[in-house]
Amino acid sequence: MVDLSVDCGGIKSPNPFWLASAPPSNSAYQNCKAFEAGWGGTVWKTIGPPVMNVCNRYGGMDYNNTKLVGLNNVELISDRPIENNLKEIAETKKLWPDRAVVVSLMVESKKEIWHDIVKRTIDTGADGIELNYGCPHGMSERGMGASVGQVPEYCKMITEWVTEVSTIPVLVKLTPNISDIRYPARAAKEAKASGIALINTINSIMGVDLDTLQIQPSVAGKSSHGGYAGPAVKPIALHLLSQVAIDPKVNLPISGIGGISNWKDALEFILLGASSVQVCTAVMHYGFRIVEDMIDGLTNWMESKGYSSLDEIRGKALSQIDDFGNFNLLHKTVARIEQSKCIHCNLCYIACEDGAHQSIEIKEVNGKNETHIKENECVGCRLCSLICPVDNCISMVRVDNEKESKTWNELNSEFDSEGKPLSWKNLAEFQKKHGIEIH
Amino acid sequence: MNKTRKLTAEEYELNFQELVQPYNKNSAVAEASRCLYCYDSPCTKACPTHIDIPTFIKKIASGNLLGSAKTILQKNWVPLTCAKACPVGILCEGSCVFNSLGEKPIEIGKLQRYAIDNYFEIGAPKLFDKKPKNGKSVGIIGSGPSGLACAAELSLLGYEAEIYEASKVPGGLNTWGIAPYKTRRVDSLKEVSMIQDLGVVIHLETNVGESVSIESLLQKHDALFIGVGLGESGRLKIPGEKLDSVIDAIKFIEEVKREEWSSVDVGNKVVVVGAGNTAIDAATAAKRLGANRVSIIYRRTENEMPANSYEYQLAKNDGIVFRFLTSPVEILGDGQVRSLKCIRMNLSDHDTLGLKRPVPIPDSEFEIEADMVILALGQKAKGDFLESITGLEIGDNTITVNPETFQTGNAKVFAGGDCINGGKEVVNAAHDGKNAAYGIDKYLSESK
Repeated sequence: MVDLSVDCGGIKSPNPFWLASAPPSNSAYQNCKAFEAGWGGTVWKTIGPPVMNVCNRYGGMDYNNTKLVGLNNVELISDRPIENNLKEIAETKKLWPDRAVVVSLMVESKKEIWHDIVKRTIDTGADGIELNYGCPHGMSERGMGASVGQVPEYCKMITEWVTEVSTIPVLVKLTPNISDIRYPARAAKEAKASGIALINTINSIMGVDLDTLQIQPSVAGKSSHGGYAGPAVKPIALHLLSQVAIDPKVNLPISGIGGISNWKDALEFILLGASSVQVCTAVMHYGFRIVEDMIDGLTNWMESKGYSSLDEIRGKALSQIDDFGNFNLLHKTVARIEQSKCIHCNLCYIACEDGAHQSIEIKEVNGKNETHIKENECVGCRLCSLICPVDNCISMVRVDNEKESKTWNELNSEFDSEGKPLSWKNLAEFQKKHGIEIH
Repeated sequence: MNKTRKLTAEEYELNFQELVQPYNKNSAVAEASRCLYCYDSPCTKACPTHIDIPTFIKKIASGNLLGSAKTILQKNWVPLTCAKACPVGILCEGSCVFNSLGEKPIEIGKLQRYAIDNYFEIGAPKLFDKKPKNGKSVGIIGSGPSGLACAAELSLLGYEAEIYEASKVPGGLNTWGIAPYKTRRVDSLKEVSMIQDLGVVIHLETNVGESVSIESLLQKHDALFIGVGLGESGRLKIPGEKLDSVIDAIKFIEEVKREEWSSVDVGNKVVVVGAGNTAIDAATAAKRLGANRVSIIYRRTENEMPANSYEYQLAKNDGIVFRFLTSPVEILGDGQVRSLKCIRMNLSDHDTLGLKRPVPIPDSEFEIEADMVILALGQKAKGDFLESITGLEIGDNTITVNPETFQTGNAKVFAGGDCINGGKEVVNAAHDGKNAAYGIDKYLSESK
């Protein structure tokens, strides 16, 4: 029997799937409909000071006929009064006692205002608070949102105002629009936050309409940077998640956000350390119904692998993360083409010829063009295998003896101890010793 | 009588190999990703069993193949046969929103096959919980798709389900009646086996009315379900019908479905009378068995022909000759068929069914050389035992039932499939059987 329940910093839910703080979690109607569909939790769309939203507030990125690999927005926090929101939050929590109802907050950077909103939020019966330090547009210009998230000292100050009065868990949601995300994460930890949520949206401009010359999205001829989200941002989110997850100075539970569309994406976030996961764009695209396959697919996968709880797999992949200096330089692979599967599109050839190391040749065999890897020239970069449209046609095959290992750090230490400078000549000697030739 | 040359084993295999090749993982995921995942989709509505198609397709795309199979089996107990035999062009695929864009509709049938093939490959693991046994039992007559669906559903509802099947091999028309280049017996038998694993018992070679009486079944079980399908083709009622090599289309296809190609009796110059999907199945089978010339004669035209356009195209590709506005008058030969005398027809004003009346053109008789005549005129109801069930109403060739509960005029007796609808698709039978189980459950829960 698989148990999907999670506890993220003291916030419990029957499964890890939460709505992210966004248009889908704007109203009691929507949050209740989501819970009916099976979602384990929700983070209510950020409540705070008066705002007005504009029209044509979203921009989309399609790619080669696939709709919405990315979505950006210049939408602000909730444009409904705080009172209305608090009332609906209380109603929702009463109707759904077993689901996580977390409230996202963003108010002016003044201690009394924060104290007040935190207490009123607790009164609704909500299970937790999420602090929005990430809104990259519209709020940051007013000294809130990302303008907090980008300055660790502000993160710490405001989070402390909250944690000193909150009796429910506090998650701090971080912005990716920063050079080193560990600093605001550590600030949250020092301020006694219960957990971290990341990522918020990424600064972006979607494009320019070539007929109207308007930047997308466009509000009556004007544009600005918006927050980018959707499947395209997942790799960025996964990196920032893992950075925070392995930092010993943070060591907090994490709610993972960023381009999660299906159960496989969710699993990747969990394997890199997430306790719960939050979804927005995929719900805006397809509706709350997507959670059914997320739960079903995750459950079937866990059963097939023999896991009964997410605790068994959380962060399981993190131990692989290391510095480049510790990678084994003697690990050698080459590409191999399974000719029986090849469809002769020749894309591997031109990619390698123009874009990599000229290690593939086209030969005529029995009247047909075949592509062949020149194994002694292949540097094992893997580009061809990523481009090939046929499953399992090009694979990377390990060809070193698997016994020897030498990392860059080890090599440099050796040079040091031998009094040898790190010169191209000395490096070439080392390479020659191991049969490595650079063209 | 073996008038046509025998083909080599390789030639038979080539002629009867699957028309539609299955997906591999790459191509299945590519097509599944093309599906828009519509909300309240037209394809689900068009499917007589209302399979949640966008969801099962999304699960193929997301890599949750087990979940995909479960989504399908929740609504349809014979989904492999349906995937291969349904006229998807006028059902799910025909309603796909891509048609409105002038783009190719999603290949729903092939995707369903991919999910179910995988399900059987991984050993058909248990998917559904059964309600605890309630001590009641239901007898099901016929192990075709409607009987199988009814038995499977009843089994999950906690009933003992026992099927009585006259043939040696179960599956009904799923096993015996579908062209071999669409499905093979092994496909139907996989579904039967899966349903038997639910606890359903099938008694083979048990003919109700001969091996066991209907009265004994009515006594033994708390309710009965009749899924006997239809009988033989109607007769032409013309001279010469009793000659050798005048054969019923269903019987002919049954012979072919033994899959012992070289031992099937087939002529060299075959004429098929009728132009429904069964006529086409028989005609293409005869051609693929090696008949030199196969023609179909039909008294109306292409526009009134019951076969759908996919089947018509298939037949034309096989080189079947279509003679429209042609009606048979006499089968000539002594002992053995030699030729079929026909008369040309004209279409005049509409008849009671709204079809144009075919009227013979005087003095227009002509002969078609033939050494085999196959009759595909639409089937009649079968089962003499039906007449001995009190209260059962048989109107116009079919058993009359309540359209929601499938209950007949005899409260204990329910029916579904071809024997109530006059001969539709496998998917209609699957729908009937499954829903009749709920009708039976309601009836048995309410009484005592």
